[in-house]
Amino acid sequence: MSAPLSIDVQHVSRQFVTKKGQTFWALRDVSLQVHEGELFGLLGPNGAGKTTLIKILSTLLLPTSGQVRVAGFDVVREADRVRRVINMVSGGEHSGYGILTVRESLWLFSQFHGLPSKVALARIDELLEVVGLAEHAHTRVNKLSTGMRQKMNFVRGFLNDPRVLFLDEPTLGLDVETSRILRSYVKRWVKEKPGRTILLTTHYMAEADELCDRLAIIEGGRILACDTPNNLKRTMQDEVVLRMEVYPSLTEPQRLAQLPGVLRLVPDRGQNGHQVLTWGLKDDGVIGTVIQALQQDGVRILRLEKADPTLEDVFMRMVGRRLTDGNGQSNHSA
Amino acid sequence: MATASPTTAPDALQPAGAPATSLPDLTLIQRLVLNLRAARARAYVRVVATGRELSWLAFEVVLPILSAAAYVFIYEALGAPPRYTGFVLLGTAMTAYWMNVLWSMASQFYWEKQSGTLEIYFLAPASRVALLLGMASGGIFMSTSRAASTLIAGSLLFGVRYEVASWPLAILAFVLTLAALYCLGMLFSSVFLMYGREAWHMASALQEPVYLLSGFYFPVRALGFWAAMGASLIPLTLGLDAMRQLMFGAPDAAFLPVGWELLGLAVLTVVYFLLALRSLAAMERLAKREGRLTLKWQ
Ligand SMILES: Nc1ncnc2c1ncn2[C@@H]1O[C@H](COP(=O)(O)OP(=O)(O)O)[C@@H](O)[C@H]1O
Ligand SMILES: [Mg+2]
Repeated sequence: MSAPLSIDVQHVSRQFVTKKGQTFWALRDVSLQVHEGELFGLLGPNGAGKTTLIKILSTLLLPTSGQVRVAGFDVVREADRVRRVINMVSGGEHSGYGILTVRESLWLFSQFHGLPSKVALARIDELLEVVGLAEHAHTRVNKLSTGMRQKMNFVRGFLNDPRVLFLDEPTLGLDVETSRILRSYVKRWVKEKPGRTILLTTHYMAEADELCDRLAIIEGGRILACDTPNNLKRTMQDEVVLRMEVYPSLTEPQRLAQLPGVLRLVPDRGQNGHQVLTWGLKDDGVIGTVIQALQQDGVRILRLEKADPTLEDVFMRMVGRRLTDGNGQSNHSA
Repeated sequence: MATASPTTAPDALQPAGAPATSLPDLTLIQRLVLNLRAARARAYVRVVATGRELSWLAFEVVLPILSAAAYVFIYEALGAPPRYTGFVLLGTAMTAYWMNVLWSMASQFYWEKQSGTLEIYFLAPASRVALLLGMASGGIFMSTSRAASTLIAGSLLFGVRYEVASWPLAILAFVLTLAALYCLGMLFSSVFLMYGREAWHMASALQEPVYLLSGFYFPVRALGFWAAMGASLIPLTLGLDAMRQLMFGAPDAAFLPVGWELLGLAVLTVVYFLLALRSLAAMERLAKREGRLTLKWQ
């Protein structure tokens, strides 16, 4: 399989100068290739550099160094051409002119791509139907809830039928049901339309897992790994992932993390307030050691499972901390 | 390290960056259609949006007439010729355009950046100039309704008498004034793109002094020749003077002969337009380099 390259990022770095005059690298020597027809994910925590990369790809920001091609065109020298074949939506975006209706706003944006009004309006109506916003077509934008605005912006991304679509955290903060609708549309769109490509960023690992053909894990402006979700999870095969719910909470997890055969211990707060411990162990033999150590500390194990590794585990192993901070709840229904 | 995995590494036969499919150049007509559509949509939105907030139209007609009234009474008390009432009213009506250029044209990109719509513009293939021209034509349409209301209401109220020397020339003077003024607005908007906050202060600072410099309420000749020449960088100065000469048969308004003033306006239009084009391109490049085109937290 060798579809043509749709996104080609070669050694891209991007520096920012902070208010205090210090320099700061938001991207460091990033290279990645995405093929036509792929749904590619950038998975990383807040501040990893995802949005910075998307802005460079969508001609809104210049790279400090490196080369970027989108649909075969250089984003710096041929930005005009790139703009004819892309679109971009960011999930955190609540923009729009409050005084216009949903349908009018979308029509306005479609005109910046030169679509004939008839084509644009037909597409708008169809897409509003898909995302369940049809009954609000004539509602003014300032009367919409945040989630509805986000859906409207999502629709905007598809109006010009782009060859390459950038979605920057498209389901950020959305409820489970809405996220599900948007995700299934994204999946369907890229599969049904020939020659289309989507690059999507997210910090929800389940979303990346479900949607993406391949994904890159990004942290601190660097790409740490790039592969299919299954291959990434397969890198965990040499270890045992053990998840348990305990009570009372472990007070000194660092100490238990030093046990022989324990590769990693990440404590977290579970849904019902009990502590959840995720262990990375060298092999099954270590399970006994762990249970014994907990008993000695007077910690009761309420639930215990040998878990299939998730992308979260992959991330924890690479970075040494969780992908989502603290209570970061994904909007992904199990 | 930071490259694609071996499983799906790019095929060696596929040269990196080879175009996926070809993308033919836009023909001149296609480009024209694209930009006209963009401009039309932008203009339409401005008109619709203003139309939906008609409540303040009354406000924007009544207030200017009140301020004009103050000057009218002063001129009457001083025994100025009656045409001074017309001078004041015309100046008052034209303030609508100045306000529009400052607050809905120059500062628009800054505003759009704050509300997150700027990146939608800059992501799209339509030219920035087309969007600004759309904004300008929508703005001119709305401001004209305000200016005309002010002019009509004021004319009736103050009993202004017109002595139009030449309608075609008066209209030409008006059109050239707007052309030059909105090109200046376009130039300003490029500055706002890069220096939003600072430019905002500049616009606030400019608003009132221009009333004085451009002679909204008195013939600009009163400033003295050189001051008036300097003030002529703002197109309203020459425009108002020319229109006053042409509409009120008033030799004492003349700062320069009408012909020179029209020529001056034409030159300003061209110069500001060309400067705006260059400045827009330069500021966009700079903003992209410094990461100022969008808000950081988006
Ligand atoms: N315009 C900017 N100026 C200075 N710093 C920036 C700017 N844009 C982003 N950054 C910084 O770059 C880093 C990466 O940001 P971003 O790409 O938005 O991360 P992500 O989208 O993965 O959360 C962050 O530390 C952010 O504060
Ligand atoms: Mg981001």
